[in-house]
Amino acid sequence: MPAASSNAALRVTGLRKAYQDVVAVNDLDLEVRAGECFGLLGPNGAGKTTTVEICEGLTVPDSGEVELLGMHWSSEAEQLRQRLGIQLQDTQLSEKLTVHETLRLFRSFFDQGPGADEAIALVQLEEKKNSRVGNLSGGQKQRLALACALVGDPDFLFLDEPTTGLDPQARRQLWDLIEQFKSSGRTILLTTHYMDEAERLCERVAIMDNGKQIALGTPRELIASICAEHLVAFSAGAKSQSLDLPALRKISGVRDVRSEKGTVEMQVTELHLAVPALLAELTRQNIPLTELSTHSATLEDVFVSLTGRHLRDE
Amino acid sequence: MSETTAIPEIRARAAEKKSPRGKTFAEHALVQLTIVRFLETLREPEALFWIFAFPILLAAGLGLAFRNKPAEVLKIAATSRAITQSLQREKLLAVQQMDSHDAEEALRTGKIALLAVPGENGAVTYRYDDTNPEGRTARMLADRAVQQAAGRVDPVHASDEILREPGSRYIDFLIPGLIGMNLMGSAIWGMGFTVVDARRKKLLKRLVATPMPKPYFLLAYLLSRILMLVLEVGIVLGFGAWIFHVPVRGSLLSLAAVCLIGSLAFSALGLLLASRARTIEAASGLMNAVMLPMWIASGVFFSAQRFPDVVQPIIKALPLTAAIDALRANMLQGANLVQLGPQMGVLAVWMIVSFVLALKLFRWR
Repeated sequence: MPAASSNAALRVTGLRKAYQDVVAVNDLDLEVRAGECFGLLGPNGAGKTTTVEICEGLTVPDSGEVELLGMHWSSEAEQLRQRLGIQLQDTQLSEKLTVHETLRLFRSFFDQGPGADEAIALVQLEEKKNSRVGNLSGGQKQRLALACALVGDPDFLFLDEPTTGLDPQARRQLWDLIEQFKSSGRTILLTTHYMDEAERLCERVAIMDNGKQIALGTPRELIASICAEHLVAFSAGAKSQSLDLPALRKISGVRDVRSEKGTVEMQVTELHLAVPALLAELTRQNIPLTELSTHSATLEDVFVSLTGRHLRDE
Repeated sequence: MSETTAIPEIRARAAEKKSPRGKTFAEHALVQLTIVRFLETLREPEALFWIFAFPILLAAGLGLAFRNKPAEVLKIAATSRAITQSLQREKLLAVQQMDSHDAEEALRTGKIALLAVPGENGAVTYRYDDTNPEGRTARMLADRAVQQAAGRVDPVHASDEILREPGSRYIDFLIPGLIGMNLMGSAIWGMGFTVVDARRKKLLKRLVATPMPKPYFLLAYLLSRILMLVLEVGIVLGFGAWIFHVPVRGSLLSLAAVCLIGSLAFSALGLLLASRARTIEAASGLMNAVMLPMWIASGVFFSAQRFPDVVQPIIKALPLTAAIDALRANMLQGANLVQLGPQMGVLAVWMIVSFVLALKLFRWR
């Protein structure tokens, strides 16, 4: 085992945490390798944040063990804190302080690391250096939060939903920044409920649901695991009631069919064969097609195929 | 992956006792926390109003309302020119000469306190209401003036020394009370709201996720209070001394000591009140419930002695009573630190008990 353990930046075994009557984390095992960006995926309430906060030493688990950078919270909390960069979900930094003042404060807690100005440059906030935090946009606030996580020059970075609530442009900007840090050899544990974020940033992902890990692998492996490269969705409008679903399942190249609120979703391996066959079948059933779309399978589809639910049922 | 530092190496590096290399004073965590705390207060316009402008407005308003008026001049009248002239010798009387009809009318309606009417052979009759104190006073003053005008020489020479000295007026009583009230209000509100707000915004949790030593956070609050203290006490005291000539008879050093221990005691109490609340509403209810009895009972606006003897021991044990008593004793009677011992003791006990309890109960998230 020692050979394997030397390469694990974070190892979690048998983790369990219950709040009153809800089991937030249920017998979870995780391993994050040094130097990788590991994604923890799942819908809201899956137990991602609880897991991360236990790893960050902010929450004490009911049972289970956490080994982080070869250290334990029980005995080496102080050294660990110096080595971690943490970004919590929706922390509101003091609005009355400027960007520079905020970073100077956070820098003062660490023995080493980039200075406030350097950290500002890292997240490209130079223009906002002397602006109050209260006047920053959502994306700028998230970048400042990231800078606060980086002032200690951490070996391990925790990012809890770093782009939630941001517009697409701000998200892409933050992704670019995170990719830069990845290339500098840090280990990152990222939680998100955006599948595209995980696909773009993470080497490996674990999908969590109801406090348990339900899938683990690289994004490519997970998508391959549902054995369907494409998804076809169509709407039959008013006639959807009379649709003969079993007949659709028999079309060659179709792996699964599910119908939800008038929209039918099909997992398909060979798109070029399945689509003409589908159109022919609908004509035979005398059902008019009101909408048809196809896309390549994503982690979202993996989650749907594993749980029967969408990630964000809003 | 080949560039990645192996975990055992990271572990070894972390275990090395790093000396925080070349951190300047300003880069120290406690200094930074204190500066930030101080800046946050200064950038809160509402807080500045309550801390600085409000006590001054209150002092100005109450000082004007309760200012000592010069001794009152009594209005009287006489029906003859000679008597009027004699009476004008007396500065505390305002004499008018009237005809007897008007004079009777003025006396009956209370416009004058006394009417002097000439009798036969230079005699004088004073007409006044002897149940009215003004009338009796006017009688004495008027008679003295008339007798002296007629040549009476007093056998004993008497002279007056007027005592209208600063230190015994209402404003002198009020200013130490306001300083005490301000110490309490700004410390408890300043602590309570900001701590609860930081908890609500999960800022406390974020700070705990850094290597920040937790006691530094609480200590920084107390230190920034001391910085504010110099300003808030200085302004009210300066205002009282400059506008109303309120005296500071004790040493400034012991006054500073009283303010310091008072502010720390209230800050610790504020920290205790804010140690668990998750919402501003819960905290502000708790803070008001604690402060209201003290505003009433601790002698800010009137002497706490007015309450029944039974409750006096309780009132004396309140931190605001101790702070105000000590401030008054220092400013008005010039008491030194030894004489202020009991009050300082009460404040110290409040400070220590509250701080220890707050540390035990404090919720960081």
